[in-house]
Amino acid sequence: MMVRLAVRNIFRNRRRSLMTAALVAMGSLALLVFGGFVTNIFAGLETGIVQNGGHLTVYRSGYFLFGPGNPAAYGIDDHETLMHEIEADPVLHGMTRVITTSQSLVGIAGNFSGGTSASKTFFGVGLIGADRERMHTWNDYGAGRVYPPDDRLLDPTAARGVIGRGVARMLGLCAQLHVPNCPAPEARPAPEGTTAPLDPGLAELALGEQGPAPDANAAPRIDLLSATANGAPNIVGLEVAGVDIQSVKEIDDNYIAMPLALAQQLVYGRGTHKVTAITLQLTHTADLPAARARLTALIAEKQLPLEVRDFKEMNPFFTQVVGMFSVIFLFLTIIMGVIVLFAVVNTMTMNVMERTNEIGTVRAMGVRRSGIRRLFLLEGALLGGMGATFGVVLAFLAIWAINHGGFVWTPPGNTDPVPFLLAWPTRPGLLLGSWFGLVLVATLATVPPSNRAAKSRIVDALRHV
Amino acid sequence: MKDPVVRLQHVARAYRTGAVTIPAIRDISLDIAPRVFTVIVGPSGSGKTTLLNMVGCIDLPDSGQIAVSGQDVLALSDNALADFRARHIGYVFQAFNLIPVLSAFENVEYPLLLLDIPAAERRRKVLAMLAAVGLEAQANQRPNELSGGQKQRVAIARALVKEPALVLADEPTANLDSVTGAAIIALMRQMQESFHTSFIFSTHDERLMKEADQTFTIRDGMLVP
Repeated sequence: MMVRLAVRNIFRNRRRSLMTAALVAMGSLALLVFGGFVTNIFAGLETGIVQNGGHLTVYRSGYFLFGPGNPAAYGIDDHETLMHEIEADPVLHGMTRVITTSQSLVGIAGNFSGGTSASKTFFGVGLIGADRERMHTWNDYGAGRVYPPDDRLLDPTAARGVIGRGVARMLGLCAQLHVPNCPAPEARPAPEGTTAPLDPGLAELALGEQGPAPDANAAPRIDLLSATANGAPNIVGLEVAGVDIQSVKEIDDNYIAMPLALAQQLVYGRGTHKVTAITLQLTHTADLPAARARLTALIAEKQLPLEVRDFKEMNPFFTQVVGMFSVIFLFLTIIMGVIVLFAVVNTMTMNVMERTNEIGTVRAMGVRRSGIRRLFLLEGALLGGMGATFGVVLAFLAIWAINHGGFVWTPPGNTDPVPFLLAWPTRPGLLLGSWFGLVLVATLATVPPSNRAAKSRIVDALRHV
Repeated sequence: MKDPVVRLQHVARAYRTGAVTIPAIRDISLDIAPRVFTVIVGPSGSGKTTLLNMVGCIDLPDSGQIAVSGQDVLALSDNALADFRARHIGYVFQAFNLIPVLSAFENVEYPLLLLDIPAAERRRKVLAMLAAVGLEAQANQRPNELSGGQKQRVAIARALVKEPALVLADEPTANLDSVTGAAIIALMRQMQESFHTSFIFSTHDERLMKEADQTFTIRDGMLVP
């Protein structure tokens, strides 16, 4: 009877109740749509990171803090044995999708072909192309970038690599590589008084030294200079197969990727070839804590001077974005909660005032004060529940419409526009959390009016007109 | 007299409005016999409603003792008093005070829900009571679909359905025309006899005194001999 009475009381003043429920529904809609947006950002960002850098990386101890300045000094000894042990481990084997190695390096890249003479420092990485291709297909959330097949780094023995668009720009390779939005460097005039007409004989000789003009269709070549692990300078030639645009400009301006063997040749020369990182890409991110624990235990068992880092540690940007959007979501939740709170307080206060005489009647008939309280709290909860449920339906419709609207945008961590998609708010934390949260707020909002109703004196309530 | 259903001893009640104290009941002592039709008569403002409220345990006196069905009601806690009202006292209000969102059936059923009576028994009692007041056909109608007389019949059925020891009616005919009012009084009289319940109703219409087994006249908060 109490539920029946509460439902009918809600519909006693339909317009007021519907307005209040609509406000709760708007709160629910806003939370779920924004929650879907945030979920998709997190998923997209994580996918991009995992597609390129995996979930877990094993470094030589100290590399994470000091290694990037001198990667050659932080090579992992006998990395192949460790790789085999990881692959053979029964726990890690079931969780791991890709295990690969890479060699980081720093050096100077120069383009001295044709009439060009440009050089710049670079951060390079030597990797196994086939593994990179497999890692690019990881898409656990269905929210990541879809990489087209790329065979530019597939040949492990080729001296061929890709560079960032910034590197291409600064080395004057944009035209040869047909890179859009990549201007050629401005020609700087020679300082005054430093040039003089060249003797015709010398000019002919100089042209002979430069060789023929570069073929516009041929892949350009650059030279990479680095210091070996022993400190000796070393140089290799690299055929630039194309650009691989990086999302962060500072990285894009320095990025060169090449086959692992070429990077090792540059860093270790004729010495023992090592790697700076062993990277594991897991099938599911949910396995990360277990995989990390197992990997750490394995390294500890072998007493190896290595450390394990996960993708969040290696990408503070990810944690910052998650933190920022979480705060925005919390802020939105508080605003919605306050709006719902005041709307329901207002509605229920008016309900109590209008039904004062009725409250006196049922109290006279023997309903306890707690019974009055329960009735109004139930009405508040039902009002909140109706609104929140309506909001869930609206949110699903809105998300469907947005996902089918063909919108595009460039999210953080991406270089190109991608479809603007919202994740379905099916995570229990989001869906049930927002639903129960709004119902709770609506119920709590009913506490003051219901207390006032319960505390009123029966004779005063009966006299109320 | 058998043990009275209501016993008031030196009961007084005053209302305070700011610094002004208005005495509503001044030292009233009375016994109301069980299973009789009792009328409290008096002009407007004489204290009838205040007296009825205290007898009905919805207001408490400033001083004095009140016993209903032998129970010292001033000794009961707020919850116990609510339970006592639910079990022993029925009300018929001047403005009917039916719950507008409930049907006639549900309005009559409501007091039985407070007593946790099983559904089948509730249904049987409610239908019997609606038949007794001649409203079987209106069982599913809401109060706004009923006439004034029908509403008061529902209110009487609601008051009697739990078979209380005492039914209180505060000017139950004031909102009805004279013919309907007379019919309602006749119905109440008939129901009182059928259910052997104690009925106390207040009125300022002294013509209704002839219906009473027991009459108290009140003026300026005091009983008039």
